[in-house]
Amino acid sequence: MSGESVVLKLKTWRDLPIGGIIPEPKTSLHNKTGNWRAMKPILDNGKCIKCLLCWIHCPEPAILRGDDDSVRIDYDYCKGCGICANVCPVHAIEMKLEV
Amino acid sequence: MRGKLVGMNGDRAVAYAVKQADVDVISAYPITPQTIIVETLAEYVNNGELDAAFIPVESEHSALSAAVGASLSGARVFTATSSQGLALMYEILWIAAGLRTTIVMAIGNRALSPNINIHCSHDDAYAARDTGWLQFFAENVQEAYDLTLMAFRISEDHRVLFPSIVNLDGFILTHALEGLYVLEDSDVKAFLPKKEPVNPVDPGKPMTYGALDLFDWYMEHRRQQYASLESARPIIKEVFEEYSNLTGRKYSPVKSFNTEGAEVAVMILGSSAGTARYVARKLAEKGKKIGVISLTQYRPFPAKELREAIKDASVVAVMDRSVSFGSPGAQLFMDVSATLIRSKVRPLLFNVIYGLGGRDLTPAHIEKVVDLAESVMRRGEAPEEPVWVGVRGDEL
Ligand code: SF4
Ligand code: SF4
Repeated sequence: MSGESVVLKLKTWRDLPIGGIIPEPKTSLHNKTGNWRAMKPILDNGKCIKCLLCWIHCPEPAILRGDDDSVRIDYDYCKGCGICANVCPVHAIEMKLEV
Repeated sequence: MRGKLVGMNGDRAVAYAVKQADVDVISAYPITPQTIIVETLAEYVNNGELDAAFIPVESEHSALSAAVGASLSGARVFTATSSQGLALMYEILWIAAGLRTTIVMAIGNRALSPNINIHCSHDDAYAARDTGWLQFFAENVQEAYDLTLMAFRISEDHRVLFPSIVNLDGFILTHALEGLYVLEDSDVKAFLPKKEPVNPVDPGKPMTYGALDLFDWYMEHRRQQYASLESARPIIKEVFEEYSNLTGRKYSPVKSFNTEGAEVAVMILGSSAGTARYVARKLAEKGKKIGVISLTQYRPFPAKELREAIKDASVVAVMDRSVSFGSPGAQLFMDVSATLIRSKVRPLLFNVIYGLGGRDLTPAHIEKVVDLAESVMRRGEAPEEPVWVGVRGDEL
């Protein structure tokens, strides 16, 4: 799907589909929830041992896994819960205040 | 009158209308005094008279939940309840209306507990008044039948798309045998063609129903729902008129009797309207002019029509078969008060509480109400608090 979502442009009450339904699939692709975040996980790739514990535990899932098992964080969807930082055995992830 | 004359109690009349409406899904739980509706429908389905899915659920909460799902999938759906059963449905009432389902539900109006009472009060209907359902009140068995058919037609109209409640007084109408005219199946078919769903659940076209709706969208959706319910008014009238033409039985949102030029009017819902009119007729023989106003359409509240019906009155006694604890008056009284606050010329209003838990409302009670109304008119001052008729102790 290209362009801006029909659903997510800020429409007035007159323009909404009835019954609060969202008549198009995959709207979560447009509905970026990362702005809910107060704390932001910062990953230090130099420390990472590619154990993938963060990838398994992220509830969103906002940890993206590369072909070589390296990880990166998808800030469009990371809600800053800090689970990844907690499970990382080598403290490669640090939670910092979102600015 | 169009159709053939039969004898049925209110519950059977509703079930018969539902059968003729050719519903696809019935999801219901039996609760007194609505039980006969569900039992009769189960019978129809069981003996092949009605080709529908009958979902016997374990509670009213599930009954309405299943009905919501079925309605969204495109089915014509019916359910019924009473009293605590409606209370158990409460959570889903909002969802059914907000998702714009077209469920039709009959309520055999019954008092809420405690103490356990299976007879008529209107607390249950009133508790649903803010949830976004259309609500109709039947005065007799004929109206219970007629309104059930009309409710499907109104709810499923693409300009409406809201679920409907048809209220019928517990036992007084649900169990009383009355003569009524039923339409031929072919007439019903013509009046009520197959439901054409809007946005039905379809695996080939995925959609989200009931999504998270925070501060960024919720208010817009509520605003839209409010406006849509408001715009249902002319369509309800249109269907009432069409049905009146078809059957010869007159339907309008507000029923006025002798209100033209009457300084005193009594306003009442459901089966007691007949008693009030009986008294008004008797008093008319003695030269007294008493108007009687009842509502066929309760939600959306027919404010304009009510103002018109009330325009000649100096005093209106608003009678509620319910108590609203801690409030300045019961529910109908508050609706009427809010309606009249916008009128330049306002009659004096007072609230009468009557008939709770099936307590009879006799003609003598109505005469007392009329007497009080006349003294209110003389004094130019109405009682501040609701007055109670038919209660032991400091009765009116
Ligand atoms: S902070 Fe929470 S949501 Fe964000 S990447 Fe880590 S585990 Fe996932
Ligand atoms: S848990 Fe730590 S070490 Fe393991 S993959 Fe994630 S960031 Fe790397």
